Amino acid sequence: MDIKNIKSEFPIFKNKINGKQLVYLDSANSSQKPKVVIDRIANFYETEYSNVGRSVHSLAVKATNRFEETRDKVKNYFNANFREEIIFTKGATESINLVASCYGDKYIERGDEIIVTELEHHSNYVPWHFVRKKKGAVIKFAEVNQKGEIEIDQIRKLINNKTKMIAITHLSNVTGAILPIKKIVELAESKNIPVLVDGTQGAPHLNVDMQDLGCDFYAISCHKMYGPNGLGILYAKKKLLDTLPPYQGGGGMIDEVKKDNITFAETPTKFEAGTMQTAEVVSFLEALNFIEKLGIKNILNHENEILEYSLEKLKKNNSVNIIGSPKNRGSVICFTIKGIHPHDIATILDDDGVAIRAGHHCCQILHDKLGIPATARISFGVYNDKEDIDILCNAIDNCKKIFQT
Amino acid sequence: MELKELYQEIILDHGKNPRNKGKCTGYNHDAKAHNPLCGDKIHVYLKINKDNNIADISFEGEGCAISLASASILTDTIKGKDLNLTKKVTEDFLNMIKKKSKITLNSLTEDQITTITSLSGVQQFPMRIKCATMAWHTLISAIDNKN
Repeated sequence: MDIKNIKSEFPIFKNKINGKQLVYLDSANSSQKPKVVIDRIANFYETEYSNVGRSVHSLAVKATNRFEETRDKVKNYFNANFREEIIFTKGATESINLVASCYGDKYIERGDEIIVTELEHHSNYVPWHFVRKKKGAVIKFAEVNQKGEIEIDQIRKLINNKTKMIAITHLSNVTGAILPIKKIVELAESKNIPVLVDGTQGAPHLNVDMQDLGCDFYAISCHKMYGPNGLGILYAKKKLLDTLPPYQGGGGMIDEVKKDNITFAETPTKFEAGTMQTAEVVSFLEALNFIEKLGIKNILNHENEILEYSLEKLKKNNSVNIIGSPKNRGSVICFTIKGIHPHDIATILDDDGVAIRAGHHCCQILHDKLGIPATARISFGVYNDKEDIDILCNAIDNCKKIFQT
Repeated sequence: MELKELYQEIILDHGKNPRNKGKCTGYNHDAKAHNPLCGDKIHVYLKINKDNNIADISFEGEGCAISLASASILTDTIKGKDLNLTKKVTEDFLNMIKKKSKITLNSLTEDQITTITSLSGVQQFPMRIKCATMAWHTLISAIDNKN
């Protein structure tokens, strides 16, 4: 892969950060955007913009067609069975909230159990906490092992006849562990339990094929996939989706509205109340084209190369402690440096143009378990190269100099 | 932005070896705070005597060099001061961080003013201002919270 060329497709890298070249190592937080996506947003507003699914004028027809073309593209990209299985949301967080709310209302009763893991981002725990509060359900946590992985046995031993949902991450945003989703789905299917996968970190880096994974729900964050901010996707099996009540009420999601009764539209419209993020949806098609042009498998290979190089270089540094050592790891590394708090690391690295994240990364359960309040995190995108990692390592040396450790 | 202004020797020293850490004996006021964005925590303990003097002060907590140094410098400066002066110092400190004003209180020694002023470098790092101010806000909560 010609990374220099790929980097040049992302206008952000033309900017200097504190007078230095930008080394962006925060893609797990949000990815940067290629010019094709940025241009498509402007171009759509300039030539095709209107609200979708309502008016009959030419612009409305154009905008609606572009919007629905993206739904078809997403369906094909993730190999869903039906276009109705693709719901646009404002992010992976809303996708999970939608499932927790609608599935929880319909299927979860007092004493029923929901299995999550200790690796979950708050967005795949807090929505289930609402169900726990509202319905009197019980949440059980599959334990993380020393390597930062979830072993399937940890899930198996929590399953009983009260289990109504297994909600798990595809790829941990802290330890980088890639979970054995297919095996977990097989196990769950044998007990007739639906599986929700938080694909926030999985979808941007892995080849995600819904027929292969077999899960019932898959939550996607478009802004981590080189797409626009403010857009997410929920994939849900149509058979299950058709049985769920609507999520939010408003325009667009109805069939007929009378003073004494309301009937609702079919899926997916039933779950898309109000005016949708039109330009965002339309431009996401370009993000998927961009990924397809490079090939997700090539992107993964490239990111794995950067991951291995980073692990190798960081391990050589005695004061760096890498969190977790999962066998199957995605492009995320959390670390601490003895004697320097992660926030100080992030501020000092920023002075060298290196953008990283510091904190608990919305995973307080995991950080409590690890016994550390915060970590520093680097994460990769297709635009990162080995030079970025060399600059990072020099910047880490600079931290140590300032703190005289 | 000047990194050197943020990580001055005096701050690194207080960050690495915070003064007055732990629970002071006989405390009669306390307050806790945390920053949900980064997980920094602080618990301030005060022993206020009947003359409204802060006879003793200490803190427990975890956080970055800036937040630990700020808490440490706060306890060092405030120990033995009366409540009115404590509130004035706090107000001056917060104004220095947020409005870039100077600390001029003549009841503080020149040394104390230099030490507190060393935290002013944080003005240039908006995302880190809360690190420097959390201990001071917690001090005010502790004064109001009698056990």
